[in-house]
Amino acid sequence: MKQLRAKIVSNKKAGTCFYKMRLASAYLAAGSRPGQFVEIRCARGEDPLLRRPLGVHNIVPGGIEVFYEVVGAGTKLLSAKRAGESLDIIGPLGSGFDIKKGRAANILVAGGIGVAPLVALAGKLSRDKTAAAGMQVLIGAKTKSHVMCEGEFRKYGARVSVSTEDGSRGRKGFITDILKDILGNGLTSGNTAIYSCGPMGMLKAVSRIAREHGIPCQVSLEERMACGVGVCLGCPVKTRDGYKMVCKDGPVFNAEEIAW
Amino acid sequence: MVNLSVGIGKLKLKNPVMAASGTWGFEYGELADIDRLGAVVLKTITLKKRVGNPPPRIYETASGMLNSIGLENGGLDDMIENKLPKLDGAGTRVIVSIAGDTKDDFKKLAARLSKCRRVDALELNLSCPNVVHGVDEGLFAHSEKAVYGIVKAVREATPLTVITKLSPNVTDVKIFAAAAEAGGSDAIALCNTFIGMAIDAETMRPRLGNIIGGLSGPAIKPLSLRAVWEAAKAVDIPIVGIGGIMGWRDAVEFMLSGAAAVQVGTANFVDPRSPAEIVRGLEKYLSKHKIGDVRKLVGAIKLG
Ligand SMILES: Cc1cc2nc3c(=O)[nH]c(=O)nc-3n(C[C@H](O)[C@H](O)[C@H](O)COP(=O)(O)OP(=O)(O)OC[C@H]3O[C@@H](n4cnc5c(N)ncnc54)[C@H](O)[C@@H]3O)c2cc1C
Ligand SMILES: Cc1cc2nc3c(=O)[nH]c(=O)nc-3n(C[C@H](O)[C@H](O)[C@H](O)COP(=O)(O)O)c2cc1C
Ligand code: FES
Repeated sequence: MKQLRAKIVSNKKAGTCFYKMRLASAYLAAGSRPGQFVEIRCARGEDPLLRRPLGVHNIVPGGIEVFYEVVGAGTKLLSAKRAGESLDIIGPLGSGFDIKKGRAANILVAGGIGVAPLVALAGKLSRDKTAAAGMQVLIGAKTKSHVMCEGEFRKYGARVSVSTEDGSRGRKGFITDILKDILGNGLTSGNTAIYSCGPMGMLKAVSRIAREHGIPCQVSLEERMACGVGVCLGCPVKTRDGYKMVCKDGPVFNAEEIAW
Repeated sequence: MVNLSVGIGKLKLKNPVMAASGTWGFEYGELADIDRLGAVVLKTITLKKRVGNPPPRIYETASGMLNSIGLENGGLDDMIENKLPKLDGAGTRVIVSIAGDTKDDFKKLAARLSKCRRVDALELNLSCPNVVHGVDEGLFAHSEKAVYGIVKAVREATPLTVITKLSPNVTDVKIFAAAAEAGGSDAIALCNTFIGMAIDAETMRPRLGNIIGGLSGPAIKPLSLRAVWEAAKAVDIPIVGIGGIMGWRDAVEFMLSGAAAVQVGTANFVDPRSPAEIVRGLEKYLSKHKIGDVRKLVGAIKLG
């Protein structure tokens, strides 16, 4: 973990309210693992005050990418940044996904902006032949214009299924319906792992399905953060072992650990 | 060369800038160079381990933040066995912040910590807005009798420098500062966070799991500055100014209003290097204004 200034290589609109930003930093490229995040200072002054946590979206030669949705003041400021400007960043932070080698089937379940960190994971899995062959990505979104990163996942060799809440793309309903079908049809071997990122309600449903099928499941959580490193004790999640900090002990947890 | 060193009771600090309780921790590692600071105040501990409040514990507000951590901490044994040893080689003063449910808790904490070589001073947290203490269902710092009683008990239990950290959520901070002074406190720290709350208009729910929390950051600076100014006039012991200090300019303002030293809290989250940068900025300011000794700034506000 370091505090550094990283130059913005590009910051491109990638959909209605989504942006992809590439940051130059050999340190972050070498040190980041899928599932980790960075804390970005969006303003020079005091408004907005706190840093914004964004997941490592992709690890590329000489840097990393973040993929973000504009939802408030901080992400709005970020979206206005131009290539050539630089940002004050602390990272890489948190635990990252625990990738078991040689799993025959890896199912990545994304809800909404939860696709962001799963792209880095897909990239990593694509480099393991066994894992790459059985990689499936399930993307759940509100409408067709909220379906993101499909191309990236396909590039990494994953089979992609989509569901939208309004039925404007893919299957109508929740992504967990597709997950249930896949597992119910026995389309996976016993050597399966699930990785998921998205809203809390979805993660809870995904982990229940995983448990029913006896499949190990890792979830990436979000909580409001101040320090991002474990100092302020501001980002707890209730686990079977009491409160743990999402920034330091997570953001990726074994689903079984969480007191849903 | 300007002199930056200051004294708080028996405690000598190489400069007047400290990291505030609850806002610095070992997790910062190399990000924060604490050897450049006058002191670090560790996160408040209680006798026994404490579980904090339910999430969400943080909410950002206009130029500030609300927190309702709830004094989550590992307790006294954890401090002595796991935390203090990590500071063995640190080139800064170590101040341990303590809180208790009763006067007796404070006494026990003070007595045990006084035997630890690495502890240079104690800060009494009588003012955390996120926990309910035994006195009239409120904070100790809301009862001047309780403030006096606890400070006196701690004073009798320790030879260490004692800093009493007060709550700003009172009608008249001067009365409480005077009570701490009468009890034998070596210094007063002002302010802890200001009680506040936030609501989500869409969900109609409170933003914090604990409903109310403590406001910190630039938003509270004018409020804190005024509290320091009032307290400095009311007592003869040094005041440690805290509240929204983000840069050296803020630190200077606090000293002008009467603070003998300052603590930096929320700014650590924004930039963990800020306390060290404040030291550097303070030194430059003094040179520029040809002030040879930082102590000359204390209460040097020009009136009339
Ligand atoms: C570990 C982690 C990884 C994340 N990764 C991504 C990502 O890759 N892409 C992405 O678009 N978003 C991600 N988020 C959510 C992102 O941090 C928030 O959307 C962002 O902070 C909003 O800032 P704002 O100023 O635009 O919005 P505002 O709503 O104005 O922010 C106000 C405050 O609330 C906090 N906040 C708001 N929404 C969230 C949230 N969902 N989670 C945590 N804090 C929040 C902000 O940090 C800020 O302190 C991640 C969150 C966490 C905790
Ligand atoms: C997340 C957080 C945790 C805190 N924890 C403590 C604590 O344990 N003990 C204490 O005395 N003050 C605590 N404080 C208060 C700070 O030490 C400080 O008094 C206050 O935040 C005002 O200063 P600031 O505006 O520079 O942050 C905490 C503040 C924050 C924001
Ligand atoms: S954000 Fe400070 S402990 Fe997690």
